Amino acid sequence: MPKPPAVSPNPVTIRDRDIVLLVGTIKGAFLFRSDHARRKWEVGGPYFAGRSVYAMAYDGRAGRHRIWAAPKSLHWGAELCASDDFGRTWSRPEVPRIAFPESSGASLANIWQIEAGGDDEPDRLLCGVEPSALFESRDAGDSWSLNEGLWNHPHRPKWMPGGGGLCLHTILTNPVRPERLFIATSTGGVYRTDDGGRTWEARNRGIHAYFLKEKDPEFGQCVHKVVRHPAKPDRLFLQHHFGLYRSDDGGDSWRERKNGVPSDFGFAMAIHPRDPETVYIVPLQSDEFRCPPEGKLRVYRTRDGARSWKPLARGLPQKDCYDTILRDALSVDREDPAGVYFGTRDGRLYASRDEGESWSLVAEDLPAVTFVRAATVRARAKARARVPAAKPGGAERRRRKKAA
Amino acid sequence: MPVHFFVPGPLRDFAEGRSRVDLEISPRTLAEALDALGAKYPGVARRVLDERGEVRPHVNLFVGPECVRFGEGLATPIPDDCEIAILPAVSGG
Repeated sequence: MPKPPAVSPNPVTIRDRDIVLLVGTIKGAFLFRSDHARRKWEVGGPYFAGRSVYAMAYDGRAGRHRIWAAPKSLHWGAELCASDDFGRTWSRPEVPRIAFPESSGASLANIWQIEAGGDDEPDRLLCGVEPSALFESRDAGDSWSLNEGLWNHPHRPKWMPGGGGLCLHTILTNPVRPERLFIATSTGGVYRTDDGGRTWEARNRGIHAYFLKEKDPEFGQCVHKVVRHPAKPDRLFLQHHFGLYRSDDGGDSWRERKNGVPSDFGFAMAIHPRDPETVYIVPLQSDEFRCPPEGKLRVYRTRDGARSWKPLARGLPQKDCYDTILRDALSVDREDPAGVYFGTRDGRLYASRDEGESWSLVAEDLPAVTFVRAATVRARAKARARVPAAKPGGAERRRRKKAA
Repeated sequence: MPVHFFVPGPLRDFAEGRSRVDLEISPRTLAEALDALGAKYPGVARRVLDERGEVRPHVNLFVGPECVRFGEGLATPIPDDCEIAILPAVSGG
């Protein structure tokens, strides 16, 4: 029988052009909203209190204002829930939307990534889950199917779980070649399909696996995050378990690009909305310690495709900071100048509205933050998202003009 | 002969708000009883069992006073007029 949507307390009212931060934590999800100025933030939630949320998404395609969230109960399992009213109500089907087929012999442990397809495929959604697998929906999330090509890949039984589990945590679509798709899994590495998901090949050449006996294996790399700009989708930036990499050929080869960071270990990575050369990371000291190097919390930004990295520290703690930023807890909005946001495992949420030059604390005492995504809400008549062009916005043009 | 299920708070949304569900069934085993519960309230059974039909690791099922984890599991025989309690394990973080 149909189940009425669950009503959530403490809702926020979202208006056109608002910036919304989707924040997942180990104890539920939150929505932070601000107007276009991004000076004051209002919070809604916790939604799914007591359940961890490692993945959320905003789907503004085809006139929707839909938020997806993937709460996981330690007792009752993980599921995919949707809200069409910014968190006031959440649909929760009787039978969870995502489930492994019986023939797989697997059961869903968690959902790690929810990715919308391209604008020309407004009903396509993709999910990366644990144990590592890819699920796809072609009807806007009503029904889902396991990608058999990846599931039956001969490498899969040899993938090993990282600290977060054996998770498929990154999905990159390709607006130029829709049949091309990248996924990344820990620890298996990067895989690419060029035929819409029927077949997959490892794409890890050049990524060194210091933790394996063979240092340059075909697969087994512990990729933490991969990003790309939609207008330049075959240039990829990758944060590895030790190692910052760039590929200019769709993952066929990778070269190290750690150039000047205090540590090439880290989890989170995000790319600028308009400039394909600008990428943000948060270095952490060693894979044993996993805290900011020298006790200084710094975001690093490259403006030149990872040839050089600059620390961004103004407003962030610069003494005795032992916080950690997880792989999906860093995000950039689409505004100009771009806003940059990250959450920490100590429950702090930081925001910059000047492309990372300065930071302010939006919230503290949250549960450990696992996920942050920024979205700009558009009126329904204008809701069709566009692939942003690979040209600098106003702030970037001013910066370049000043530099020249 | 009825079988009585105790449904914990977090799952009652999927059982029309009920804490107790009585089914007029004669299951031989706990697995059969849960099949019958799933036919009426799939949202409950699907959260007690995973896709493979296995009891989730942090869920305890009691047939009468006995926790089946330490006995025959889903093969536990179901006596007449039995209460089956679904309880979340004491776990968390």
